[in-house]
Amino acid sequence: MIRRLFIANRGEIALRVIHTARRLGMITIIGATEADRDSLPALRADEALPVASYLSIDAMIDAARGARADAIHPGYGFLSENAAFASAGADAGLIFVGPDPATLATMGDKLEARRIAVEAGLPVVPGREGGYPLLIKAVAGGGGRGMKRVDREEDLDAAMAMASAEAEAAFGDGRLYIERFIASGRHVEVQVLGDGSSAVHLGDRDCSIQRRFQKLVEEAPAPGIPEDKREALRSAAVRLAEHLNYRGAGTVEFLVDAETFDFYFLEMNARIQVEHPVTEAVTGIDLVEQQLLIADGQPLALHQEMIALEGHAIEARINAEDWRCDFRPSPGVVHRAAWPAGPDIRVDSHIAAGCVVPPLYDSLIGKIIVSGADRAEAVARLGDALDALVIEGVETTAGLHRRIVRDPRFVAGGVDTRYFEGFADA
Amino acid sequence: MSADLPLTPEDVAEIVAILDGGAYDRLEVRTTRFTLRVAREGGGWTQEWEWSASEAPAAIAEAAPRVEVGDGLIAVRPPLPGTFYRAPQPGAPPFVEAGDTVGPDSVVAIIETMKLMNPVHAGAAGTIEAILVDNAAPVDGDALLMTIRP
Repeated sequence: MIRRLFIANRGEIALRVIHTARRLGMITIIGATEADRDSLPALRADEALPVASYLSIDAMIDAARGARADAIHPGYGFLSENAAFASAGADAGLIFVGPDPATLATMGDKLEARRIAVEAGLPVVPGREGGYPLLIKAVAGGGGRGMKRVDREEDLDAAMAMASAEAEAAFGDGRLYIERFIASGRHVEVQVLGDGSSAVHLGDRDCSIQRRFQKLVEEAPAPGIPEDKREALRSAAVRLAEHLNYRGAGTVEFLVDAETFDFYFLEMNARIQVEHPVTEAVTGIDLVEQQLLIADGQPLALHQEMIALEGHAIEARINAEDWRCDFRPSPGVVHRAAWPAGPDIRVDSHIAAGCVVPPLYDSLIGKIIVSGADRAEAVARLGDALDALVIEGVETTAGLHRRIVRDPRFVAGGVDTRYFEGFADA
Repeated sequence: MSADLPLTPEDVAEIVAILDGGAYDRLEVRTTRFTLRVAREGGGWTQEWEWSASEAPAAIAEAAPRVEVGDGLIAVRPPLPGTFYRAPQPGAPPFVEAGDTVGPDSVVAIIETMKLMNPVHAGAAGTIEAILVDNAAPVDGDALLMTIRP
């Protein structure tokens, strides 16, 4: 039984985990860096301890042991998919809220993940044969970090150096691999839960609206996918999870051909995802609670037929970036934060008036999640919610989202990953 | 640090649902620890939180020393505030050393801001006169990183 949960993360996801852990009666402890000392997660956790860095395994394990925690929730990003971190936790007698180290190592190595996916019978994206454009990806990657599109041979070296530096900074591993770049595809992913022997899916999400491989808008379910393809996609994800004897919450990402709806396995994210709330909104299932129950060694209480998907949900990521100025990061102090509120609106944010957005970390300041009986209702609600939103002190992507939500292509649904090309200048 | 969770998101949604049926446009809940302001905004509602302990945040990053650029030298400043790196990755040789010849488009450093690597270009042709910031130091947007002798 987990009683004292250490959270090795920051920002909105740290608050999100605190919320569920506290509902389950756990004491929450957070490791916070100097820059985050006065952040809301540090103030709202039951206990806060200083750590040097969110990427330091030693600092996190020392802090968790010092706090007499019995489990660590790694959130997303940082050390969340780091097999060495999970192992170090186990060595220190701490439950890691996530898959076992071997699974993390396998899925963290994107080349190995491809091999396992093929073994489980999933189709994969072809490699570099076939020429340019190519897509450089980080072997230790995830979240789009270290990903670069390369159109010409002469740009390859420079792009690889920059991608490698980004991968090194984000994951501590600068190794890269190359895939053929598929232009007209949709990014569709399937949420799975596994307890080590059986696995279930919680439906799919569409995350095709991206800029430089960073997701901006996500929704559940993916609009306009024929039911037979949707079913095939979901069972492929479950097949992979079961093949891996997967334990925990995970996401199987696919590239779906926008015309034929054929799909290719991209990668599996062995952690909670930023966009998990849209799945929670359509299933009514608290994914962090499921993670904690599984980490506690309990068998899945959910069976596939118990999971009913209802309505439609959309998430807009509000980043501290000047979207009119090439998405230039906009760190600083937030003077006013009026987030939308009301039924069928959920806001996951660690930013209130007076809070600092430090330049050290990523630019996400909050997520607005709306739901509706159908997609049209959700889109309309998102429009209203975005109109109500006021953030002062830093630039945000709110204005961009207001344009997306009224764009006829988005309103119609089912756009591919090229949606954003040229959008900001339009 | 505090153990109590004052109001859950569900509580806030419920408050809005109640207000939405009535004539009030605004509700403020003020305690010693927080203020929550729920207000009608256009067709919808907003929630504004203020936390007593989240006031007066400290300076974000310590500024790198500002040095006057004289003697016909050209300043190299970062495109953004962030962390200054002299090499593309740990262990790799630096982009430039003092005495190196550069062109306007030469990459002389990287600034990492919010996990993105932004190249720093020399901006002018010449010779690197001095590198004024230590590797991995946080810098402001107007910090003087290097000087170039044209």
